[in-house]
Amino acid sequence: MLLRHTSEKIQERKALTINPAKTCQPIGAMYAALGIHGCMPHSHGSQGCCSYHRSTLTRHYKEPVMSGTSSFTEGASVFGGQANLVQAIDNLFTIYDPQVIAVHTTCLSETIGDDIPQIVSKAKDSGKVPEGKHVIHCNTPSYVGSHVTGYANMVKAMVTYFAQNSGDKNETINLICGWVEPSDMREIKRLSQMLNTQIILFPDTSNVLDAPQTGKLQFYPKGGTTVDQLTKAGDSKYSIGLGKFSTEDAAKEMDSRCGVPFSVLDVPIGLSATDRFIMEMAKVTGNKIPDEITDERGRLVDMITDMQQYLYGKRVALWGDPDTIIPLTEFLVDLEMKPVYIVSGTPGKYFEKRITEIAGDRVEGLKVKGGSCADMFLMHQWIKNEPVDLLIGNTYGKYIARDEDIPLLRMGFPIMDRVGHSCFPRVGYNGSMRILEGILGCLMDRLDRDAPEESFELVM
Amino acid sequence: MKKVINNGNKLKGDILEKYPTKVARKRSKSFVVNDPDNPPEIQANVRTVPGILTQRGCCYAGCKGVVLGPTRDIINLTHGPIGCGFYSWLTRRNQTRTGPEDDNYMTYCFSTDMQDENIVFGGEKKLRQAIQEAYDLFHPKAIAIFSTCPVGLIGDDVHAISREMKEKLGINVFGFSCEGYKGVSQSAGHHIANNQIFKHVVGQNNEEVEGKFKINLLGEYNIGGDSFVIENLLERCGITLVSTYSGNSTIDQFEQSHMADLNCIMCHRSINYVADMMETKFGIPWIKVNFIGADATAKSLRKIAQYFDDKKLMAKVEKVIEEEMVAVEQTIKEVKPRLEGKKVMLFVGGSRAHHYQYLFSEVGMVTVAAGYEFAHRDDYEGRKVLPYIKVDADSRNIEELTVEPDPERYRPRKTEEELKQLEKKGFTLRDYEGMIPEMESGSLVIDDISQYETEVLIEKYKPAVFCAGIKEKYIIQKMGVPLKQLHSYDYGGPFAGFIGAINFFKDIDRMVNTRVWALVKAPWSEEGVEDNCLIDADYVSEVA
Repeated sequence: MLLRHTSEKIQERKALTINPAKTCQPIGAMYAALGIHGCMPHSHGSQGCCSYHRSTLTRHYKEPVMSGTSSFTEGASVFGGQANLVQAIDNLFTIYDPQVIAVHTTCLSETIGDDIPQIVSKAKDSGKVPEGKHVIHCNTPSYVGSHVTGYANMVKAMVTYFAQNSGDKNETINLICGWVEPSDMREIKRLSQMLNTQIILFPDTSNVLDAPQTGKLQFYPKGGTTVDQLTKAGDSKYSIGLGKFSTEDAAKEMDSRCGVPFSVLDVPIGLSATDRFIMEMAKVTGNKIPDEITDERGRLVDMITDMQQYLYGKRVALWGDPDTIIPLTEFLVDLEMKPVYIVSGTPGKYFEKRITEIAGDRVEGLKVKGGSCADMFLMHQWIKNEPVDLLIGNTYGKYIARDEDIPLLRMGFPIMDRVGHSCFPRVGYNGSMRILEGILGCLMDRLDRDAPEESFELVM
Repeated sequence: MKKVINNGNKLKGDILEKYPTKVARKRSKSFVVNDPDNPPEIQANVRTVPGILTQRGCCYAGCKGVVLGPTRDIINLTHGPIGCGFYSWLTRRNQTRTGPEDDNYMTYCFSTDMQDENIVFGGEKKLRQAIQEAYDLFHPKAIAIFSTCPVGLIGDDVHAISREMKEKLGINVFGFSCEGYKGVSQSAGHHIANNQIFKHVVGQNNEEVEGKFKINLLGEYNIGGDSFVIENLLERCGITLVSTYSGNSTIDQFEQSHMADLNCIMCHRSINYVADMMETKFGIPWIKVNFIGADATAKSLRKIAQYFDDKKLMAKVEKVIEEEMVAVEQTIKEVKPRLEGKKVMLFVGGSRAHHYQYLFSEVGMVTVAAGYEFAHRDDYEGRKVLPYIKVDADSRNIEELTVEPDPERYRPRKTEEELKQLEKKGFTLRDYEGMIPEMESGSLVIDDISQYETEVLIEKYKPAVFCAGIKEKYIIQKMGVPLKQLHSYDYGGPFAGFIGAINFFKDIDRMVNTRVWALVKAPWSEEGVEDNCLIDADYVSEVA
């Protein structure tokens, strides 16, 4: 038993988090920054943060993740990190030649109160920022929010620093993308193309964190939203944020700066959330929904029809990021499964409220918790009291899966022990088919494994 | 065949040209071309240049992740915002074996998950409560508290709280001031970890340990099961392992470790001070060993036997070596024709880049460039330079313990005369020669290598394999060069001992000769992919 000390008896905890269902802000800022073309993320703090974030992103995406660090030692912690950041900006532009340096803070530089815009203007004044190059920043103290908040803050910074209203509005729709995989971003672009819609998607990590193997290192891969696109986003007709937690702030900022109206939808995971995304796109553009999209939807529904008997009433525990879990819960409810235990370390009352709305009267015994101490230890204790049929979440769930002998579908961040998650989409109708395929695979492998010989079925 | 690697100076010049002047001046001292007849002085353990894209981590990572992480029955509680605890929740790479009833917390992550109000008003109250909650839930033997950056800044006194909770709960509770900004790398964290273990744990249990030849293994972390292999070898030789610091370890073993008669150091950098302190306080001599590589393992086992000076032990050791070498030699015979003469680069850890050179050399592979992530000068140049190492502000902030002979428990394991006799026979005690003396002439030694330097090295030297960590892995592989992770072993291993050598040779053979590198170029593509083993004559040559 790998988690042998996890007991059924639930004791209330106020101070101790065990096996968290979140991590800290800067890693989200680093991931978002990689969705800008030619961008070098930079971590302003001691170098361990940067090292940990690069390692974790690398383990998940299995791709190069570059990022600078201000390498604070004790001196910088006492006297402030200005000299370190100015030197870092000089070195990064001189040695690595990025278009943009995207600085995020850490709990260290936040606690000592370093003023990033002031330091950057110092760097500019002393000629360390070449003509036509940019330094943007966001504040990401690790003791506020979670990795999702950090992502949201960097996405907002993209708007703050770049978006401009030239007064010449066009028909483009801004799609502000929540924290999903590069493959998901590519799928969102494909759907937009089918909907005949001109979009600016940001951030966009496709072709950055799933770059091809060519034998030559592309220090800045060809993907990512360009500075030009981000600038022009201020002239767009409308913004759609995908994921309230990770994009609402950016959408609001775009509206208040450039007067671009917006709506915030769920990430299009599952049937209903994808329906809403497609309809919203059609509504804001006035375009007709093409038959190809209706066909894709129909294929998903067809698959559900075919396999419904294996899904009905199955109990599921899930954990991870609210923007992913909310539409996923809705999808499970649409499938008539029972998402009974749901935790997300990311704080925010909206999460619990929304989950309860979606699942409440359709899932008996729903337990949902967000924020501090909403951890995988608690979820495991719930499972020990009354088991589930399926786990959906990140790699850290494999210990519970093994101890409790429950199948696990890997979804979320980080996934460090499998590949595919960053290559095959899980958004849109096609992506939902892949989630369904995953769920069925898990449940049926289990059925096969447990079946006595006399009832072992060939056709299922 | 003598290998001479040419033109290191030209390459160094090419690289430094790119840097701003001040950076070039600084990097120039950390980047040396080896000359065994006139060993160079290297700059190490100095601050990383901001923005240079370093491999290094932080003090917390060294303390919690490296040293304390592998001890299974301690609750390791990170006091700080959630990130640090989350990222060091790596669980099984430091493997451990437990009985069904034994405590094992290595798969858990404990954190106080500090919020902004804790930063403003202080986190002591939350820490105290978290310790209580951990105790109520698990009743562990010990709880260790790790400070993260903001804890040091706001001044939470983890040591006072540890003392208070130790008294209240009646179990060992101890704290570490291992804030990430301390020192210049993980190395500071190792030092802080070892000091606290020495102060709070070592010597707590004076019960005799059964066995005739009793040793501790220091600086071995049981990555991928390395310790299991070494434990097995020692057992077959009749050597008793009292404690390992800290692979597959328990707090009970640390408490009794002062009852051993010899300390054997694997990773010099992470733990050399513990060996010195144990010798001063308890009279246990220490030697440097290396269980990476078949030949190195044989040498290390013989060295231990020689120390105990026992004929039966020596015979047993020889028998084990003989048995084990059959399979090793067979594997070498099989893979050597495919590997011999190929180039290797190693940029890892604080002893690994040295140890793994033995393994590569056993199949005839040549290390053309190597360096450490968090070493000090003595790891490169040997302990003879210890008196000449300048102590700078970042090192001065790390506590140095003053240790004196224990009035009751100090017991010299060998008389002065016996030690002299050993040394006369060529036996080296309390010494580590470091990496540089054993490297080829003209090879490059680079401390705290940057991403840019790495890229140029690869372009110019075209190594057959590059050894580093996860952050470097896909960067290097995108250049068509396989990367072997030597921190996590790419989830393979064990690589220690004889069986470990076999595993390693097979892994390297697969990586270097795998078909995928030949598939990189699309058949319709005009642009060629260069052979990844091709040697740029400007830079590398071999002479008979």
